[in-house]
Amino acid sequence: MSEHIRLKKGLDIPLAGKAPAKIAETVDPDLVAVKPTDFKALVPKLAVKEGDSVKAGDVLFVDKLRPAVRFCSPCSGVVQQIVRGDKRKLLAVVVKAGKDQQSVKYDAVDCSRLDKQQMTEVLQERGLWPMIKQRPYGIIANGEDTPKSIFVSAMYTAPLAPDADFIMEGQMENLQEGINALGRLTKGGVHFSMAAAAEAGSAMHNLSGVIFHTFDGPHPAGNVGVQINHISPINKGEVVWTVDLLSLAAIGRCLRTGEYDVTRLVAVTGPAAKQPCYVKGVQGMSLAAVAKYAEEGNVRFVSGDVLTGENVGADGFLGYYDNQVTLLKEGDYYELLGWIKPFRCSKFSFSHLYWSWLAGRKKTYKLDTNTNGGPRAFVVSDVYGKVLPMDILPVYLLKACMAKDIEKMENLGIYEVIPEDFALCEFVCPSKIEIQKILGDGIDLMLKEMA
Amino acid sequence: MSALRNTLDKMKPTFSKGGKLSALGSFFDAMETFFFVPKTVTRRGTHVRDSIDLKRTMITVIIALLPVFLFSIYNIGYQMNLAYSLGWGFWTIVWKGFLKILPLYLVSYIVGLFFECMFAQIKGEEVNEGYFVTGFLIPLIVPVTIPLWMLAIAVAFAVVIGKEVFGGTGMNIWNPALLTRAFLFFSYPKMMSGDAVWIAHKAGVDAVSCATPLAEMTSGGIEAISYSPLQMFIGLIPGSVGETSTLCILLGALLLIFTGVGSWKIMLSCVAGGLLMGLLGGDVPAYYQLLMGGFAFGCVFMATDPVTSAQTETGKWIYGFLVGAFAVLLRLFNPGYPEGMMLSILLMNTFAPLIDHIVVNANIRRRLRRAKTV
Repeated sequence: MSEHIRLKKGLDIPLAGKAPAKIAETVDPDLVAVKPTDFKALVPKLAVKEGDSVKAGDVLFVDKLRPAVRFCSPCSGVVQQIVRGDKRKLLAVVVKAGKDQQSVKYDAVDCSRLDKQQMTEVLQERGLWPMIKQRPYGIIANGEDTPKSIFVSAMYTAPLAPDADFIMEGQMENLQEGINALGRLTKGGVHFSMAAAAEAGSAMHNLSGVIFHTFDGPHPAGNVGVQINHISPINKGEVVWTVDLLSLAAIGRCLRTGEYDVTRLVAVTGPAAKQPCYVKGVQGMSLAAVAKYAEEGNVRFVSGDVLTGENVGADGFLGYYDNQVTLLKEGDYYELLGWIKPFRCSKFSFSHLYWSWLAGRKKTYKLDTNTNGGPRAFVVSDVYGKVLPMDILPVYLLKACMAKDIEKMENLGIYEVIPEDFALCEFVCPSKIEIQKILGDGIDLMLKEMA
Repeated sequence: MSALRNTLDKMKPTFSKGGKLSALGSFFDAMETFFFVPKTVTRRGTHVRDSIDLKRTMITVIIALLPVFLFSIYNIGYQMNLAYSLGWGFWTIVWKGFLKILPLYLVSYIVGLFFECMFAQIKGEEVNEGYFVTGFLIPLIVPVTIPLWMLAIAVAFAVVIGKEVFGGTGMNIWNPALLTRAFLFFSYPKMMSGDAVWIAHKAGVDAVSCATPLAEMTSGGIEAISYSPLQMFIGLIPGSVGETSTLCILLGALLLIFTGVGSWKIMLSCVAGGLLMGLLGGDVPAYYQLLMGGFAFGCVFMATDPVTSAQTETGKWIYGFLVGAFAVLLRLFNPGYPEGMMLSILLMNTFAPLIDHIVVNANIRRRLRRAKTV
């Protein structure tokens, strides 16, 4: 049974540099990396040394607490470098890709014959398990939990995000196989949320074994957390699992073909992109491979979108879950009396203090990374709720996080959100507060206290 | 422009940590960010930020106050002219009014910003722009005859005790501008009410008595009010510096609502509360309550202060309604104070966290109930 949910709160940031639905090239990444820092609260344990040769799908490191959870190499080649940070913290395992690509070969499996235990083992053995996250907290799912249900968001609403139908072209069988696999893991069903506008024309509409929902509205309507909140909110003690579209296809592909294949279409976007486009790439690929698309000057390379992505630098690597690169100009300049200028037509604001709200929906803005003001305490109270389409009081939850008041955090909904859901609150904040960090720290505290 | 930038860049090391004048660092920083939007970039979290900041928000409030400000200059001169029959022309009236209001602003900003900078320096934070607005509001809500030393003490009290001890802008419980007025009201009642304080003195002449419409109503009911509703709406009547012209306040209210800086919910519910209470009691038509005294000014510029009002959207309706209702209640049933707006807003500032607490608890209960029904 499909259900249509219309959300009014939120904001589509009209950022310039959306990629048209066209594939420019297949990039051949020289270096590929898997970064333990992409996974919240993970303590990694290395399984390779520098100089080892690996195939796609060979284990690079495992979860120290649950060694069955494996993290695999996205391509075949030689382990070139093991990057460590302060206190020898493992930051990345870098693989130099070889000429001809080979993958570990597994047998095809018939998901319908497996029970939950067996399915979990198959996914863990093949290194697909990290693709399943749990909510609360947004960490990698624990195979011993019984999730209430599993949620897949098949729509991207983040700024300049790829088009879900375009990147999933020709992937329907993989998606179906992935859904079949997830169906073995829960009794509560797989909830599949699509954009209302794209639903009718989308091939994903024909998938079976899922509970369809359609969502309509601005970002963060595509965030799986928002969708869960409207479909079946998480209460204390409950666990649901979430899988993104990309991972769902990768899981299905591996189960069907027996190969560990995490290639993907990556959208190269952003105001500092010379020619926004899609490229065929792979998980963890070096962004040096797409550097030619960036404009001259001081450009920030973000793996992911502008709200939640990570600044990885021009020689950084694409994130584990990411299929978007956003290129931004660094905003390290002074502007004379900028805050008082009556017209600042190149500036975008959600508020009515600039003219952008009258400029129409088609106008796009070349935003840069300037903070547009200094940090302050919470002063304005009503902006945050306008971009959060959930029954949650953002400022009160954040203040509970700052006060480390666990009971209040629980009561105000910490189990239902992860930082990405509050990203727009951070964008519109006139006080320039680092809201995602506050929430992230709150979740870290919960993980520590509830362990 | 680049000359100014170069000068600032040259001065910066002197004021930075370890420099000769590092004790004035926060003052320098305030001046620098006044002239230039800083070049800081996002470090983590969202990589782009909305163009709005608190400076822009605060300056919008000041722009909304400009009609009131300009009108008060005229009205001060106008009332002097009228009381002493001086026969001044328009520009003389404006000039004399300006000369009366200027010292009030100088004292308000110099004393207030001194303490703001001092505390910012101690705390190692940037100077907050909240005082832009507070400093602009304070001269508008005192009688023009207020001695400057009293004003200075009251401003110091409001900034230090009313705001900084709680942690600065964003943490204070009471509206600092109103706290200034309350301080004066209880410490020097003779200078804050009565008939002799509303008209600026002319040198060498005794003060002229002149009652405000509110005082007239308190002493003699509706018959005693010697101004027509239209006069009270336009505002060429005696009263605190900026409170008299409902028309100009309305202009400001429109800008605040248009830009979303002031909460229309609070303004609307405040007017509703005032009207309802006015209907229930008193022989004065209810809409008189909106025109007289500081009701309109308080409703638009004081009750809507985002820090000290209710923070939840439902809470704002309740808060605004009670501000309006209590203000008129005090006016009608308390013979001691003709004006109730200041006390009403301060009272509701005190209770705003309680209102929010109830709203927040309702949210918590919804969440718990949801868990039970599953």
